[in-house]
Amino acid sequence: MTAQSSFGRNIAEHLGRSRRDFLRGAAGVALGSTLLSASPFVRGAAAAKKRKVIVITFGGGARDQETFAPEGQENIPHLIHELAPQASFFTQVMNQGILGHYVATASLATGVYETLNNFSAIPPEHPTVFEYFRKDLNRPPSDAWVVAPSNGFNRIGESDYRSFGPGLGARVVLPKHLLAAAMSGGATDYAHLLRDNYETPLYTPQLAGSEFELQQLEMILRLSVDDFKAHALTLSSPDELSMYIARRLMQQEAPSLLWITMHDIDVAHAGAYSLYIDGIRRTDRLCAELWKAAQSEPEYAGNTTLFILPDFGRDADEDSGGNGFQHHRTGDAASRTTWMMALGAGVRQGVVYDQPMQSIDLVPTVGAMMGFSAALSRGRPVKELV
Amino acid sequence: MLPRDLKAEQFASYPPQARALALAHLDALQQLPLSFLPSLLREVIDYDYKFPAERVAIDRELANLSSLSPAQMTDWFHAFAQFSLSPKLESFDWINRPAQFVEQLSAYLWTTHQLDGFRQAATVYGDRLRAAKPPEVIPVRRLGIAVIGQGVTAYDAPLFRNLRPHGAYFAHVKPENGLQLLLSAVAARAKAHPVPYGHWYVDGGQQADHSPSLTCVSYHALEPTRAALLRKIQAEIQRPGMGPEELSTHLARLVPADLGMDESGDAVLNRFQIKLLTEGSGTQIFSTTFAQWAAREALRRAQSLTLLVRFAPRQRQKPMNELLSSSQGNVEFDLTGSLVDADMGAYYNWLNQQRLPGAENSAFLVWFEGHSQALVIGPSVPRGTESTTVADLGELLALATT
Repeated sequence: MTAQSSFGRNIAEHLGRSRRDFLRGAAGVALGSTLLSASPFVRGAAAAKKRKVIVITFGGGARDQETFAPEGQENIPHLIHELAPQASFFTQVMNQGILGHYVATASLATGVYETLNNFSAIPPEHPTVFEYFRKDLNRPPSDAWVVAPSNGFNRIGESDYRSFGPGLGARVVLPKHLLAAAMSGGATDYAHLLRDNYETPLYTPQLAGSEFELQQLEMILRLSVDDFKAHALTLSSPDELSMYIARRLMQQEAPSLLWITMHDIDVAHAGAYSLYIDGIRRTDRLCAELWKAAQSEPEYAGNTTLFILPDFGRDADEDSGGNGFQHHRTGDAASRTTWMMALGAGVRQGVVYDQPMQSIDLVPTVGAMMGFSAALSRGRPVKELV
Repeated sequence: MLPRDLKAEQFASYPPQARALALAHLDALQQLPLSFLPSLLREVIDYDYKFPAERVAIDRELANLSSLSPAQMTDWFHAFAQFSLSPKLESFDWINRPAQFVEQLSAYLWTTHQLDGFRQAATVYGDRLRAAKPPEVIPVRRLGIAVIGQGVTAYDAPLFRNLRPHGAYFAHVKPENGLQLLLSAVAARAKAHPVPYGHWYVDGGQQADHSPSLTCVSYHALEPTRAALLRKIQAEIQRPGMGPEELSTHLARLVPADLGMDESGDAVLNRFQIKLLTEGSGTQIFSTTFAQWAAREALRRAQSLTLLVRFAPRQRQKPMNELLSSSQGNVEFDLTGSLVDADMGAYYNWLNQQRLPGAENSAFLVWFEGHSQALVIGPSVPRGTESTTVADLGELLALATT
């Protein structure tokens, strides 16, 4: 057994304990509280300039019991055995906002609990992390990208906040729209990649691709329609398509701030537990593949910090107001409490932090890491990471 | 409009029994806060189509409210009165569209960060009501049965993992005539304890021969209704301005006749089945989801004394547009995935059964159809155990219910 896999097992054991017990008796794993005196971010301006951050939302919505709790760890072998040993792991990430995927993801991106209509394609009310990043650091549009499912997320790149807003946000790529544009009518062989809008399974909006998407494909991703279609045929889900596009973006544009919203897991709304588990296992694999890809890209290797976190959990089995894993409607503790993993540049490896943080703390934390101020965020930088 | 302004004539469009009930308790209704009353009216307005157990619960709740003095009323509803509601909600037609009001109230509470407080107030109210009006003793130990894994020839992963801590696992069950044994036992209970809508058989596929004394719902029998619903959904989605919330509101208004159901049939059961399809998520497309949700609702609403649920294979996952197209040609089934769904569904059936009165004495059995694995839960069954006993399903049922 290698040192790494032994350590992975150790981490798994610790994560398997209840949240309350994560730090208690954590022999073999560094205790988060003992490490607070020395920040890992002792670095110069040059380091900050080159730093890259990738955020993956492990979505949409996964419970502890199917992920990091003991009975769930079999579903996330890559996170447990490959990524956790390299990561700082936060066991209590609270989401106190509205538990809809678009509004919750918008809240993650602004650091404010947004109250926009979850089912409307409208921009967040408060400045996004992309706007802070680009405005404060004077970065070009190509340096911040969002890869997102199509339902509503096309507006997540920038807010309509007056002193930020239009022109300062991230570019957004919607892989399913790209594919719809590339197919131009011949959809049959690709339909499995176009599943959409699980949150309301009976409402399936029409996907439309346009000249804009085709331009993204050819001018930014440097992909011919034929090559894109040929590769898409080898993929099995919308999130696989998203990851393919994200990797292509990393190769062609190398954005410093890349945000990837996963969504396959949200098939849970259709009530089939096996499909929900399949989604978690696929997302687990895709996260590890992306991290591996980042290590092999010269622009990203050694200077990238990766955050992985669900946007929120799902309802507890025991809450009579819900129907367990199927939805996230009760607002109970299971649906509001989740986890976050941070790994890569400047992050301590193999540390478990049990103290609560909020999901809106992500933006100011990324700001502190990259050197911009998330002035209007209502979260606080996670001190263990900055 | 606020509850204190309620007048008798405003219930004119309610069905006859619902209207009579509302008028009989009008004084009490007028004293309730707006954050609470529409939730109660949502139940009252459907009174004519409710199961007996639901009617009893509504009657008892209204009787309790009418018995409260003004001071007690203030005490009981103080927490609900504290929630701020929008003018839009106050002007909503919550008397005639209480379900839609509750949907909008829920969204408003989320947006204004009042949801957690509302949940707390609702929990306290529910506990208090139960204490004031304890449920009646049920005539027979409640029994739940789940039959899972139809069509699966072999499965190596452990089954019943969530249920094992609560009962005894049997690995040497004699599977011969298993379903018939179970259906016969369920029919015998229905005959011995004839309670309207008290004994149910839910099938996620095509129903097997069964006693007419059982209330039966099956995915297969509802195929024409599901197809009609999916056609309506497809048509609605194409309409300009249609979104998920509008679609949900539209579906909530559908009645059996809208989907071609026989109006001469059992009106209460027909309404129940329509709600399974219009309010359930995924029940229209996945048989495993349908079976689990039907079981949940039969327990929650009818408070079934006996419930046998047989899960059947569901279709493979496809893009939602294809699933909604309702074409039945070349349906591919996901047998193993369906077993995993049903294993979790059985656990949820048990959890839902345990939420009903008499939970401490209830019994439960889950069986891997056609195979030798089963699990039994009952008051005299040791928890978290494994048995090497060879037994048929009749014997296991006897063990569960003894």
